[in-house]
Amino acid sequence: MAESTINLESLAPPTELRRAPVVENNRGLGVLTDKLAAFAEGKIPCWWWMLFIPSAFCATVVLPLALIYKISIGVGVWGNNHPVMWGLDIVSFIWWVGVAHAGTLISALLFLTRQHWRTTIGRATEAMTVFSVMMAGLYPAIHVGRAWFDWFMFPVPTYEGMWPQFRSPLMWDVFAVNTYLMVSMLFWFMGMIPDLAVLRDRATTRPRKFIFSLLAMGWTGSARHWHHYEKAYVVLCGLCTLLVFTVSSIVGLDFCTAQIAGWHATIFPLYFVIGAVFCGFGMVLVLLIPLRKWCGLENVITMSHMDKVAKLTLVSGLIIAYIYAMEFFIAWYSNDPYERWVFGHRLFGHTYWFLGWTLIVVNVGVTQLLWFKKIRANLTALFVIGLLINIGMFTERFVIVVGSLYQDFLPSSWGKYIPTRWDVALYIGTLGAFFMMYLLFVKFLPLIAISEVKGAMPQGNPHHPLGGAKGARP
Amino acid sequence: MNEKPYGILAEFDSPAAILRAAEKVRDAGYSRWDVFTPFPIHGMDKVMGLKNSLVGWVSLFMGAGAFLSVVGLIWFCNAFDYPLIVGGKPMFSVPMTFVPSYIMMILGSAVGALIGMLAFNELPRFHHPLFNSERFALISRDKFALLIGSTDPKFSETETRKLLESLGGAHIEIIKD
Repeated sequence: MAESTINLESLAPPTELRRAPVVENNRGLGVLTDKLAAFAEGKIPCWWWMLFIPSAFCATVVLPLALIYKISIGVGVWGNNHPVMWGLDIVSFIWWVGVAHAGTLISALLFLTRQHWRTTIGRATEAMTVFSVMMAGLYPAIHVGRAWFDWFMFPVPTYEGMWPQFRSPLMWDVFAVNTYLMVSMLFWFMGMIPDLAVLRDRATTRPRKFIFSLLAMGWTGSARHWHHYEKAYVVLCGLCTLLVFTVSSIVGLDFCTAQIAGWHATIFPLYFVIGAVFCGFGMVLVLLIPLRKWCGLENVITMSHMDKVAKLTLVSGLIIAYIYAMEFFIAWYSNDPYERWVFGHRLFGHTYWFLGWTLIVVNVGVTQLLWFKKIRANLTALFVIGLLINIGMFTERFVIVVGSLYQDFLPSSWGKYIPTRWDVALYIGTLGAFFMMYLLFVKFLPLIAISEVKGAMPQGNPHHPLGGAKGARP
Repeated sequence: MNEKPYGILAEFDSPAAILRAAEKVRDAGYSRWDVFTPFPIHGMDKVMGLKNSLVGWVSLFMGAGAFLSVVGLIWFCNAFDYPLIVGGKPMFSVPMTFVPSYIMMILGSAVGALIGMLAFNELPRFHHPLFNSERFALISRDKFALLIGSTDPKFSETETRKLLESLGGAHIEIIKD
C-alpha cells in the first residue's frame, strides 16, 4: 500500500500543472454508477413537476394554438409586413439554431481535443442541441406561409415536373437544418446506448427492463462492441464538428447573399457561427447550474467544469466583440451611404436604438465580467450572465434582421416592425416545448454519459495504480 | 438441455486485472474469447489483436455515395429535367452543388457510422446467452468479465476453468446457450 502511495505522488506533475479531477469525491466506479443513475431511477422530485407543468402547458396548449391560428389565418397574424418580411420567427429560428451549437461543440470538438471534463456535461448539452434544433426547424416550415406546401422544398417528383432551385442558400438551409437535426440525434442516441444498457441492467421493474432492453438493443459491453463503437464515435464527432461550422454559416449565407445594407458582408458566416456558440454557452450555463444542484451532481459537474464553460463563453464573447467592432469599422470604411446609415441607426436611430445598446452592453460589456475568477466561481452570477447572454443574443438577431430591413434604400418604403401576440405566443410555445422535452430527458434518460465518465476516471485506467496497475508505469 | 455450454465466464475487479488476464488467455493459445467491460479499456484492442475497425470505411463510402448522388440530383433537377436560368449563371457548376452535397455527405457518413457500428456488432439483438447470468448485470457497473467460448478448439470445461481460476477470476460460471 505504502509503495503505491509513493508511486502516485512521484508520478503526479507539480501542483500548478495538475488538472482538476473529472469527478470529485471519487469513491470508485460502483458508487459513481449508483450516483449517476440515481436521478433517472428515483422518485420524481417536486421541482421537476413545478417546472414541467408550465412547460407542458406552453408546449401542448400555447404552441398548438399559435400554430393552428397562424396556419389557418396566414402570416398576417404576425407583425411581418413590408418592408420587414422577416420578423420574430426568423429571429427565433436563428436563436434556436444558435443555442444548439454549443452542445455540439462541447460534445464533438472537445472530444476530438481529448478534454476529459467534457464527459460529464456532454450528454446534457447534446440533448440541448437535439431539442433546440427541433424548435429551430419549426420556424422556417411555417414562415413560408402555406405550410402545407413545405414539401416543395424537397426534390419530390411530381406531375408538375418542378424541382427546388438549388442555387439558393434558403434551399441549403433546408438541407443544413434537417441534417443537423438527424446527425445530432444519431450522435446523441449512439452515445447513449451503453448507458441505456446500464439502466437496463439496473432496472427493478418489468416495464422498465423491457423499455431499456429495447433501447439498449442488446448491448453487452464486449471489447469487440467497444472497438467498433469507439471508431463510430470518433467519426461522428468529426462529422458533428463539421456541422458546428457549417449550419450557422449557411444561415449566415441567407443574409449575406442578399443586397440589403447591414447584411451584405462576407463576415456573416463566421459571425453567425461564433454568435451561435456564444449564445449556446449562455444556455449551457442556464441549464447546468440548476441541474447540478437539483440532481445532486455537484461532484460530477464540478466547479472546475463550470469555470471552463465560463472561460469558453468568454473566448467566444471576445470574438463576438471583435466582429461587432469590425462590422462598424467596415460600414464606416466602405463609405457606402446605406451601410453607414444602417449602422449609425443601430445605435442612434429612432425606433430600435435601445436594442443596439442592449446588445453592446450585454454581449460585450457583461461578458467581460468572466475575466474575474470570483465571478466564475459564483454560480448565481454565472446563471445571471448566461441568461443575459441569451437575451443579448436574441436582441442581436433582432437588430440584424429587423434593424437592417426597416429602413432600406427608399425612404418611401420605410416601415416598422412590432411583434404581435402571436409572434410572442409562438416563441413562448417553443420555449415550453424545449423545456418539456428537456425535463423528460433529464428525468428518464441517463443525464450524464455514465460509461464515458467511468472511462475518464483513474479507476478506469489500466495503467493507473487506482485502476489496479502494479508498479505503475508513467 | 444438455447441450454444449456457450462458454465460461470469469469476473475481475479492475481494468488492469482484466488486461493482464486477457494477455494470459491469449498466450495460453485461446482464440475464441471476449472481454466485457463497462467502458472501453485502453490497450485491449492490441491484446485481443483487433484490427482497425471497418466502420470508418462504411462511413466513407456512404458519405461519398451521398455526395455524388446529390451532385447528380442537382444536375438532374436544375440542368437536365427542368433547366432554369437564375441570374444568368451556368445551368450546372461546382459552386452551386457543393453546399447541399457536402451537407448530405455529412448525413450519409453519419448514418454510415451508426449502421456500420450496429452491423459489425450484430446489433440490435434482443437476447444474448450472457443475459442468463445473474452476475452479468454488474458488468455495466464496476465489474469486468472474460468469456472463453465453447467453440474454441482449446475449450475444456475443467482446463479452461482452471486457467481462469489461476488468473484470479472470481465467480467462474458456465454459461448455457
